[in-house]
Amino acid sequence: MTVTVDKVQVADEAQVIACIVRGETHLFHDLIRPYERSVYVMVLSLLQNEADAEDAAQEAFLKAFRNLAKFRAESKFSTWLISIALNEARSKLRQKKARKIESLDSGSEEDGHVSPAILRDWREVPSDALERMEVRRMIQLAIADLPGIYREIFLLRDVEELSVNESAEALGISIGAVKVRLHRARMMLQQTLAPQLKQVNPKRRWFPWL
Amino acid sequence: MVIDCKHVWEHISGYLDSSLEASELNEVQKHLEHCEICSAILDSTRNILILTADERVFELPLGFSERLHARLDEEMQRIA
Repeated sequence: MTVTVDKVQVADEAQVIACIVRGETHLFHDLIRPYERSVYVMVLSLLQNEADAEDAAQEAFLKAFRNLAKFRAESKFSTWLISIALNEARSKLRQKKARKIESLDSGSEEDGHVSPAILRDWREVPSDALERMEVRRMIQLAIADLPGIYREIFLLRDVEELSVNESAEALGISIGAVKVRLHRARMMLQQTLAPQLKQVNPKRRWFPWL
Repeated sequence: MVIDCKHVWEHISGYLDSSLEASELNEVQKHLEHCEICSAILDSTRNILILTADERVFELPLGFSERLHARLDEEMQRIA
């Protein structure tokens, strides 16, 4: 996406938001459509349960709607929305005292190195491999297994493609912390997934009756 | 200066984001030219990032959008 398009989009968004605040509430439906998936993926990453995630995502969108007049254009709407969603998911976690809180805290030390999986050669795994449920599942599980602080940053940067600055803002952490955590997250995923994906044979034929 | 593999691993994320300083980039590139292990680590990491970014990995549950917008409609009618 070019910078110009991005600017136009942001300007349009600001206008749409102003209209909604003035009473054209139905426009909120269109405003959020591009972000439904991002919000869902982020809350799912914390809650690890589809029903809870859908619930938290709905709550987050409702909160964004009710508080839209408080939105300030210094941040992007998407970043604002994602921080509301993360807060919603975190408060749900606290209510449920879910076990994931533990992993959010236990991953908070930021020293120590992550060594990658050592390979002598790598044959590209094509995106077509994702048509296979087992490959999608492999990737989902590897991401779900990351300690919370690494999972969050990885999803924001590499799945939802927020910039380093936007990720720092959404998580309320420094840019340095974003870079360090992202590096560890990527190395952890390489460590887990590279050996597994290496077994994926792109030429394997798919028999639907098996 | 010759750098070792472990040093290169610390820069893989920055390399993929094109955020290394010129001197670091130069060292890493020189190392990659002759080290098949680090090249395979870099290639696999890049490949994994392409796969994880694919929309097919995380899909919205069926009917998610419909349920969300119905709930928003209720809220809008409530405050109207």
